[in-house]
Amino acid sequence: MIRLLIREMRLSVRHGGDTIAAVLFFVLVTALFPLAIGPAPETLGRIAPGVIWVAALLAALLPLDRLLGADLEDGSLDLLLLSGLHPAAIAAGKAAAHWLVTGLPLLVAAAPLALMLRLPEEAIPALLAGLLAGTLALSLLGTAAAALVLGARRGGVLMPLLILPLAAPVLIFGVAAADAASGGMTPRPHLLLLGAFLAGTVPLALGAAGAALRGAAE
Amino acid sequence: MAAPNLHRFANPGQFLRLSGWLLPWLTAGGIVLTTVGLGWGLFLSPADWQQSDAVRIIYIHVPAAWLASAGYFGLAVCAVLSLIWRHPLADMAAAEIGPVGAGATALCLATGSLWGKPMWGAWWVWDARLTSMLVLLFLYLGHIALIRAFDNPERGYRAAAILALIGAVDLPVIKFSVEWWNTLHQPATFKFTAAPTMYQGMIWPLLLAAAGFSIGFGAIVTARLRAAVMERRIRGLMMARAQESV
Repeated sequence: MIRLLIREMRLSVRHGGDTIAAVLFFVLVTALFPLAIGPAPETLGRIAPGVIWVAALLAALLPLDRLLGADLEDGSLDLLLLSGLHPAAIAAGKAAAHWLVTGLPLLVAAAPLALMLRLPEEAIPALLAGLLAGTLALSLLGTAAAALVLGARRGGVLMPLLILPLAAPVLIFGVAAADAASGGMTPRPHLLLLGAFLAGTVPLALGAAGAALRGAAE
Repeated sequence: MAAPNLHRFANPGQFLRLSGWLLPWLTAGGIVLTTVGLGWGLFLSPADWQQSDAVRIIYIHVPAAWLASAGYFGLAVCAVLSLIWRHPLADMAAAEIGPVGAGATALCLATGSLWGKPMWGAWWVWDARLTSMLVLLFLYLGHIALIRAFDNPERGYRAAAILALIGAVDLPVIKFSVEWWNTLHQPATFKFTAAPTMYQGMIWPLLLAAAGFSIGFGAIVTARLRAAVMERRIRGLMMARAQESV
């Protein structure tokens, strides 16, 4: 599994453009909001958590199409499944790779963007803590969805339809945590709920992804 | 052993025979109960002292909401049967339940919205019950799209079954959303532990309408499933014919 992770990382470094594209998309979408809504600091600060969360959600969807699709096409997915590694472990490696390549850069980019959107500074730790758990949950859900649509005719279009309803709780609690912190309240209950959601997602999404991978290889 | 007996009903031929006998009864029962329940509810039951005649929409809204959840539960049961025992009938049933359940969910949201405008002053509010119901609609739509997205139907059945199981997490959220969060939507009226806090003259038509809707749901799904089984048979026969003639 570690070797799978190293392979994924090496691949993403070689195709650096794909990696940067998702983060660039995130930054650009976020930058559209001040242009569309106007630069009034109080409005921007109010909507900043929501804007950043929605943009991060959409940006995390972008690389999922190729996450498993490329491996199915060139046959390396069959090799991975033959290697004796449990399908859920393959899914875990893939999800970890997706998070390192997409989730972590999004997290890094989110802090300066939050400042640019005039989010109160005391809310930034809550926003980042929420995004940390949220992007992890998204990587897991995304891997499961990518495994489910493997080989489908319109997989790329189908995937957001599958992920976004399931990701709704992540968005709700993540934004609530940042909102609470910017309103001077403790974000702790929202972050704990988010952590609980993440803890529930780990077995559920990995189990589903493993079952779907096995189905795809048949 | 109960399992071998269950397998008998999973045989498509057996299903066609059994359902052919059952379907007229289901259809008649559904139509009669729905007519009586809705007729009683819409014309004979008393108007609410606060909501006046607007209360009557519950005779459609509540059965639709119940069917939306029950339908998804049915999908999840089919998913278990499909993933563990690989019943071909469970796969086909899941494909046929999806659109009907999505219709019930849409009906529930639409009637709720029609009622919400005069009562709450808004077509839609983002409270927990409404949001989780909207998520259920999207889960249905995702299931419908996924099960039909593959050239190899077997792949679609398996993927959709896995999705149905993940999505079943939303069902308890819908059920308890009115208790966990302080919502605009009213909490449950019917409980196992207490008598319903509702006037008798309203309960009976509501229960009749709910029973009628449920049997009607069963009739529609059975009819669709029969059609799907026959379609598959015809396709099989035509394939055999085509191979013979080559």
